[in-house]
Amino acid sequence: MTLNQQRKLKTILTGLFAWTVALVLFFPIFWMFITSFKTELQAISVPPSLFFEPTLDNFRVVQERSDYIHHAWNSVVTSFGSTIIALIIAIPAAYSMAFFPGKRTKDILLWMLSTKMLPAVGVLVPIYIICRDYGLLDTKTALVIIFTLMNLPIIVWMLFSYFKDLPKEILEAARMDGATPWDEVVKVVLPLSVGAISSTALLSIVLCWNEAFWSLNLTASDAAPLTAMIASYSSPEGLFWAKLSAASTLACAPIVIFGWFCQKQLVQGLTFGAVK
Amino acid sequence: MKRSITRLLMAPSVIMLLVWMIIPLSMTIYFSTIRYNLLYPGQNNFVGWMNFEFFITDPGFIPAVSNTLILLLSVLIITVVLGVMLSALIDKPFFGQGIVRVLLISPFFIMPTVNALIWKNMMMNPVYGIFAWISESLGFEPIDWLSSYPLASIIMMVSWQWLPFAILVFVTALQSQDTEQKEAAQMDGATGWHIFRYLTIPHLARPIAVVVMIETIFLLAVFAEIFVSTGGGPGYDSTNLAYLIYNQALLQYDVGVASAGGLFAVILANIVAFFLIRAVGKNLTV
Repeated sequence: MTLNQQRKLKTILTGLFAWTVALVLFFPIFWMFITSFKTELQAISVPPSLFFEPTLDNFRVVQERSDYIHHAWNSVVTSFGSTIIALIIAIPAAYSMAFFPGKRTKDILLWMLSTKMLPAVGVLVPIYIICRDYGLLDTKTALVIIFTLMNLPIIVWMLFSYFKDLPKEILEAARMDGATPWDEVVKVVLPLSVGAISSTALLSIVLCWNEAFWSLNLTASDAAPLTAMIASYSSPEGLFWAKLSAASTLACAPIVIFGWFCQKQLVQGLTFGAVK
Repeated sequence: MKRSITRLLMAPSVIMLLVWMIIPLSMTIYFSTIRYNLLYPGQNNFVGWMNFEFFITDPGFIPAVSNTLILLLSVLIITVVLGVMLSALIDKPFFGQGIVRVLLISPFFIMPTVNALIWKNMMMNPVYGIFAWISESLGFEPIDWLSSYPLASIIMMVSWQWLPFAILVFVTALQSQDTEQKEAAQMDGATGWHIFRYLTIPHLARPIAVVVMIETIFLLAVFAEIFVSTGGGPGYDSTNLAYLIYNQALLQYDVGVASAGGLFAVILANIVAFFLIRAVGKNLTV
């Protein structure tokens, strides 16, 4: 075998291997998706059926039973709302820490991260009681506030590690030309960091969309996002797999499709500046 | 720029996080020292350490702590080891790389509740599940995963969710690896293993640190997977601290004991964070 042939063979083997891993990891999602188009009987047939006449009945039943649109709207409002608020709060903080670091900047950053280490269960009871006393139980407001605070440390940190790598000379040049701090941020820093800000926002949206602890514990029906809606399908309806799959597909589809389009962005952001 | 302005810019974030940390935490500390059961309102006398005693002597306590740590370590090991190996193997151009990437990252977008439901019903169900079908086709007895190996099942679900994350971070990192260095090593007769061990692994040190840190934050708080799939059982076999405290607070209405448990979880998280920051901290730029 020549060297060239060897290389070709290697590429083919790598490809085969990568595809196998990807298909195995993706299989449960694929299976959920096709089960949602089966009848209940087909869904539990042994051996599993791969070819069948698809039906849309399950989706209709799910919408009737638990008002998918309502919960999806709650998910959209809470995840986008809290991400936007968190960005507005985090951008100035990350900017000032990255461009004007003080002695304590490092400590503040580590402290912020350590609040993320604080397990949610540790403060579940007080938060629950505060929400109850202020009439915030089962409201979107409560979830938006909590999601904002929950992701704030990660958002500040991701933005900080990106801002830190921006060339300082550009800012100095802008300042020489008489730019005010406001101009500096809006006209220089923000346009340069659209990529970083969007990947940070993406991660935050994904984390909020999939957040289950607070939404399960603080909402019942009015403000329940999709994570809580799905949990209601867990035990009694557990055996109605087709309907369960339809509900799950509906719950995940928006964020999975959103993620597919943005995955390159997202991965770059997720590495926290550890990868250049 | 003046110090006062930079402080002003940081203030909202810092103040909000401070409030978010201090108010609930001090309430938790307070609740943990009084009798506070939602079923018996008005009997809120000071009880000292009693809630802590109750929590620590609860039959679920030891299993919950060890399950929390086993879950954390197993998922970290599985995702980092498999992640490094798989990403090193697929870090070459091949047919359909873009699609493979998209397929690989998908589990990361699946919400934990759905993750648990898919695995519990369609994969692990002992009668109709895919695993049962596979083992029967191969002539084995199907295994009832969730009742025979509850913790392992949870570990499997959580790893499935986080492996894609690890793989993608590592693959992105490997793309920036110096190819000339690798080629030079090959010329000098280095084997694939040597290149992997002495070039790839050191190159991945920082990405590994990041993956370990982010995963730890989320793994200490695994809740939805347990809530939906096993309910902590059978017995306490798959109860972690998060689930045990939830159980105390919202199912037994004992806010006092739950608060004591919450504080314990905070302490455990701090211990883990301490070791973690020491182990991986030098690899993080702050």
